[in-house]
Amino acid sequence: MPEAPFLRPPQHARTYRYDAVDREFLAERIAEFRGQVQRRLAGALTEDEFKPLRLMNGLYLQLHAYMLRVAIPYGVLNATQLRQLAYIARRWDRGWGHFTTRQNIQFNWTKLVDTPEMLEALAAVDMHAIQTSGNCIRNTTTDEFAGAAPDEVADPRVYAEILRQWSSLHPEFTWLPRKFKIAVRGAEEDRIASRTHDVAVQLKRDAAGEVGFTIHVGGGMGRTPILAQPIFDFVPEAEFLRTMEAILRVYNALGQRENIYRARIKILVRDLGRDGFLELVNAELARMPVEPYRLAPEIVQAISAHFAPPPFAPADGAAAALERATAADAEFADWVRLNTRPHRQPGYASAVISLKPVGGIPGDATAEQMEAVAELAERFGFGELRVSHTQNLVLPHVHQKHLHALWQGLRAAGLGTANFGQGTDIIACPGLDYCALANARSIPISQQISERVDALDRAFALGELQIKISGCINACGHHHVAHIGILGVDKHGAEAYQITLGGAPGNDAAIGELIGPSFSYDDVAGAVETILRTHIAQRLPGERFLDTYRRIGQAPFKEALYAAA
Amino acid sequence: MPLLEDGRILPDAWVGVDDDAPLPEGPVIVPLARLAEAAGRNAPLGVSIGNDVGVDALAPWLPRLALVQVVLPKSKDGRAFSQIRALREYHGFAGEIRVAGHVIPDHYAMLLRCGASTVVVPEGADPAVWQASRHVVRIAYQHAQSAEQPLALLRRKVA
Ligand code: SF4
Repeated sequence: MPEAPFLRPPQHARTYRYDAVDREFLAERIAEFRGQVQRRLAGALTEDEFKPLRLMNGLYLQLHAYMLRVAIPYGVLNATQLRQLAYIARRWDRGWGHFTTRQNIQFNWTKLVDTPEMLEALAAVDMHAIQTSGNCIRNTTTDEFAGAAPDEVADPRVYAEILRQWSSLHPEFTWLPRKFKIAVRGAEEDRIASRTHDVAVQLKRDAAGEVGFTIHVGGGMGRTPILAQPIFDFVPEAEFLRTMEAILRVYNALGQRENIYRARIKILVRDLGRDGFLELVNAELARMPVEPYRLAPEIVQAISAHFAPPPFAPADGAAAALERATAADAEFADWVRLNTRPHRQPGYASAVISLKPVGGIPGDATAEQMEAVAELAERFGFGELRVSHTQNLVLPHVHQKHLHALWQGLRAAGLGTANFGQGTDIIACPGLDYCALANARSIPISQQISERVDALDRAFALGELQIKISGCINACGHHHVAHIGILGVDKHGAEAYQITLGGAPGNDAAIGELIGPSFSYDDVAGAVETILRTHIAQRLPGERFLDTYRRIGQAPFKEALYAAA
Repeated sequence: MPLLEDGRILPDAWVGVDDDAPLPEGPVIVPLARLAEAAGRNAPLGVSIGNDVGVDALAPWLPRLALVQVVLPKSKDGRAFSQIRALREYHGFAGEIRVAGHVIPDHYAMLLRCGASTVVVPEGADPAVWQASRHVVRIAYQHAQSAEQPLALLRRKVA
């Protein structure tokens, strides 16, 4: 391979490393926002005019304060960056941050005047809050095991980074009808809830080994949950950005703008039909020049170099040693069984750091915890970190011989919970404790359910179970695609919760079905327990809740929930 | 209303005409429905289109048109950006593209990148503010219709 005439990243760069050009862009962007904040504070911009501008810089006005949402591009960050997030949490917030289902982090107690300084602190570590909000192309999400998973055919981080760059301040697509979310995965197994996104990209390889893309379009949650439909089976790599442009062109021109509940691309695709939409995209492609939009292989190569694998050590009999260590310590064995995933490199594993202590707040981490994780990442994981859409952190590359020390370090920081993918690994949005749009609280409900599920799990081993909670129909907590989904609604001015069953986010994606009338704040955790007890009574040996539900249907659950009343 | 081009407020030779007003002498900007009527005159011709109009509807008229005006009814409604880009990229339109409506300085750089020429700005607007907003970000990561110099990877320097 000839030396790319582009950037020369360090040997194992871990994250996309900015060069002078990227830094100039970021500095200019912050200067622009500083000017906008000044114009707003001076009254030269109305709140109406300022709102879309601040949103494009990640700044939301919440119930009690501004909230700054910081982009963690495709959930990838390094230890230095995590330390800086801890610093920001301490300096300008109340000492913690909240990791979101969009693989971002939110600071909930931000002052408007502080935001330009916070953005500068982020820029110092090549981070930003660009397009984490507003009606533009948002942070692209991807698989938290990218670059480590054994089943990956190509690295999704490379294409997610290309999308990040292409979508940054896109001149045509910055004032879209509504927000636009793209997810990219590199494996057949869907670990990223692909079909809930406006566009879902799956990397494939053809017979010659060339990368191409299967593209689904028109997924989304919110008031009208719809799973994305396939429109292209194999877009060649060179055509990637051209195809994205074409999809966005159709959406920008024809997406509804009058009613925000009808403005997402899912409604356009539904109204036009998958074929009708595809026809319009093809019409754009037929007219677009090819060369200016071509994704050159040299660019892909140069960006790929940023994600080169770290210098792995030999396996060195680590698997056998790990087996001995787990045999000697049941708690550690639990954590290894639940919170580690296989790695393509012999002797290595990916380790999930649960941000879901039983009874805790999903996704929250204190500044001290962030610092502890940063240090563990440096000691045991090449300084590389991921944020998962399930609101957990991941060390993608840990040598098996270090897992025990890692686990001990995590436990010391209160981060040793062994529950990844289990019932207590609850996804919950901030809800009425913070969010201006909420109908009901999510956090305390999640805490109550977590306690009950934990007790049941200890007694009955529930196995894989996904419980997800949203405080309103915007569905930031992904409740539609939960095995047990909980949605906060307003019932005559009181908080109430609807329960849906049977949803799933992955390859067998499905939208959950409403089980019946809503439950009060006091009753909802008990209702979840009733559902799980029904599952326990009905399950075949080793059967997950979802499979029991799919096998026996709603009726037994309905009866258990409502018959007594 | 003042007309902004390239950092300066310009005298505006064009007269906008409503749906049923009589056509005056000289250069006029008419609604789409009056194009046929206005095209017969021996004077420069412009058209103003709503943002729900696909610019393909203008195709037969483009050789005769010296100006196309697009409109942002609200500052956050970005359909005009696609209309402008399509006029330049798909139709090779080389005349003036004018942007009216609720345009704010923060749109300016992107409008120019899509191919706009002029903006109708509010009375008393300070061209320096618009010019500053236009030049604050000089790096771009995607192809557009305005002049640009390629840098490494997807980046280019915006002129
Ligand atoms: S789901 Fe609703 S309440 Fe929860 S964060 Fe989203 S908008 Fe707020």
